[in-house]
Amino acid sequence: MDNQHSESLRRMDRREVLRWIGGAAAAAAAASRLPVGEAQTSARIGRQTGAPGPGGARIGSDPILNKNYSPGDLWPLTLDAARRRAAAALCDLILPPEPGDKRPSELGVPDFIDEWISSPYDETSKDRPVIVDGLAWIDAESGRRFGGKAFADLAEAQQCAIADDICGKKSVKTEFKTAQRFFERFRWLAASGYYTTPQGWKDIGYVGNVPTIEFAGPTPEALRHLGLI
Amino acid sequence: MPVISEKELQPVYDVIVVGSGAGGGQTAYTLTMNGVKVLMLEAGRYYDPLTETPMFQSRAQAPLRGMSTREKPFGFHDATVDGGWEVPGEPYTQASDNPAQRFDWWRARMLGGRTNHWGRISLRNGPYDFKPRSRDGLGFDWPMTYEEVAPWYDKAEMLVGVYGSNEGLENTPDSPEGCLLPPPKARAGELYVKKHVAKFGIPVIPIHRAILSVRQDFEKLPSKLHPGNARAQRILAESMKARAACFWATDCGRGCSIRANYQSTTVHLPPALATGNLDILCDAHVHTVTVGKDGKADGVTYIDKKTGKERGVKGRAVVLAASSGETARILLNSRSARHPAGLGNSSGLVGKYIMDTVGAKLGGSVPAFENLPVHNEEGAGTHVYIPWWLYKEQHAGKLGFARGYHIEFGTGRRMPGLGAGSAGPGYGKAYKEEVRLRYGAGIGFAGRGEMIPNENSFCELDPSVKDKWGIPVLRFHWKWSEHELKQAVHMEQTFAMMIEAIGGKVRKPATDGAKAIEPGGSIIHEVGGAIMGDDPRKSVTNRWHQLWDVPNVVLNDGSAFCSNADKNPTLTIMALAWRSSEHLIEEMRKGNL
Repeated sequence: MDNQHSESLRRMDRREVLRWIGGAAAAAAAASRLPVGEAQTSARIGRQTGAPGPGGARIGSDPILNKNYSPGDLWPLTLDAARRRAAAALCDLILPPEPGDKRPSELGVPDFIDEWISSPYDETSKDRPVIVDGLAWIDAESGRRFGGKAFADLAEAQQCAIADDICGKKSVKTEFKTAQRFFERFRWLAASGYYTTPQGWKDIGYVGNVPTIEFAGPTPEALRHLGLI
Repeated sequence: MPVISEKELQPVYDVIVVGSGAGGGQTAYTLTMNGVKVLMLEAGRYYDPLTETPMFQSRAQAPLRGMSTREKPFGFHDATVDGGWEVPGEPYTQASDNPAQRFDWWRARMLGGRTNHWGRISLRNGPYDFKPRSRDGLGFDWPMTYEEVAPWYDKAEMLVGVYGSNEGLENTPDSPEGCLLPPPKARAGELYVKKHVAKFGIPVIPIHRAILSVRQDFEKLPSKLHPGNARAQRILAESMKARAACFWATDCGRGCSIRANYQSTTVHLPPALATGNLDILCDAHVHTVTVGKDGKADGVTYIDKKTGKERGVKGRAVVLAASSGETARILLNSRSARHPAGLGNSSGLVGKYIMDTVGAKLGGSVPAFENLPVHNEEGAGTHVYIPWWLYKEQHAGKLGFARGYHIEFGTGRRMPGLGAGSAGPGYGKAYKEEVRLRYGAGIGFAGRGEMIPNENSFCELDPSVKDKWGIPVLRFHWKWSEHELKQAVHMEQTFAMMIEAIGGKVRKPATDGAKAIEPGGSIIHEVGGAIMGDDPRKSVTNRWHQLWDVPNVVLNDGSAFCSNADKNPTLTIMALAWRSSEHLIEEMRKGNL
């Protein structure tokens, strides 16, 4: 998936997004008042609010499994253009491409993050304010430090100056603690989005998902590495 | 006879089979291969693994990178549709608000049921497992011995195709020559564990799983399985020829479009349909077994889920293989003047003694695995395991809990999913280096242990809650005993010991069993609820899983299990369903039913 494709994904306009967030909050509040017997859920996945996604969509219990999905197929994406630019720039800073590889923003990674925070599940929707506010913060911080520029328009060294303050590599000042939480969650999402793509597989050292006649087992080099031969 | 619509139902069948999973699939297979006319009723939709399985899809091609959701608890690409711990419109309830007393009930409303996604681990119960009470005074003995069941294990293994090896270990039965397929090689990390835990006396051996590591011997096996039945041999040979060997890619839990692993839908049902003796009706949710004036079962009543209408169909015998919970529910809902407490419930034991498997898990990171030279480690999921190794210490009373567990574990660079980049802090090139270093350098251990049936773990009909069709639902009561809680602690301590033995880093193991143990129902090895025995006052079925009260009703899922060994139940369900189905044929021939 490249940028061009990314532009064609199904999105929600700002007014609809606001309406959806309001509706989801109301549904969550209503669900929390359900009696025990009605709110029957699995201990494994925790109690869910059942708040609907934008357009009321969820994955559903019987989706077509052997179809290739893109972000936006099941529910519209909700990040606005400015946040998408910031997300793309941050993905590319966190996961710089190896020589000859594409940037994460060219592989649809920001769209995955958008899909995630636009989705109706408890595990995902709790990330929505963290990511949306964090992306707004990073643009505001860029503007404050570097003459009104957006994060995506900064030179790499300028982007790093901000990232270094919030990434946790060195001790993070109190004023940046919220930004640090955003950065850590964003990095988890960006890496999850990236390493699940075929380029990410190659990058991380995953060479499976190919049919073979026999399972060859460990190579002699691997066995030597572990002192097994 | 094929997969049919409601209009095509015959007026009466020899046998009605309720459920299409391991028990129902094996029952339909055995009966139809012997000329019996069978109707199979499945509460879920028709499902075809050949056309529906997501083979090779990357997680990037799934919504939310395949995240586990309420609707798809094992991730988007898991084979299960219309299933999980929640099924819309089909609630169940808990008797207690106490989280430790919950039982989470997994159902899969689809043709083939839970066999479409299961782990394919196919271990035989051993001699001790059939006589646990004789060994330690707890629970119940089965009304048969391992030796009586062994020939049926042989048949089930040969039919479905199971890889594994014979190791000659205590209560871990060997299979006769020709039953097992060769096991796949162990991965590097698995060999490393094997080497470093040997000093504790812990054996790491090939696991048994229902996966074709090589193609089945379609020339020899059919005559072994169906001696004197040329037609059955021919049909089985064709079915075996249509199955490919595993190509060591694509998670088995997604199902298998090349039929390399066992699913009822790819292994049991195609030959059964090819006999012409099987009708399958999907979206038919059975809720009662009907009884004629003579006191015998004469059919079932079901909801046609497509129309919501109640229907009935007649049969000379009824086999329930609806899953333990659903089978108990059907029996309890089959109330009549003659059977006021539900069918087969004169003992009052229907719904009692439900069991799951004890589960606990612990993972760690292993520096030795870092920078392992890259190679394809995918394989077929689990290749090796650790069978229970402390029989003697346990029997001598040294462990403080009465039953054993086996250990499954995973290592290696497998398909990356959510969290694949769990490294940090930092970003950029250094961060990516750290991700590479850590990926594949983890290990996860999971224990699967025996739960002893107890009085506090049972299901009953909820007095008020009904499903969307108005059928009373199950209410669960659940309580682990000290045996399970202590066992879970022992599991965690063992895992920590092993992770440390390979130089890994691990959190402190739990000392509180309630914290270590996974919630009831989590392992999805639900058995019991209609236990078999030799005494009609103390059991629901006889040794052939026939209801004592109504012998032409046979329970061929796990409901008749009276213990739940650490060996996963599916292979035993198949072996026993084969055995009891042949008995059913004999009884019908003799006119005893």
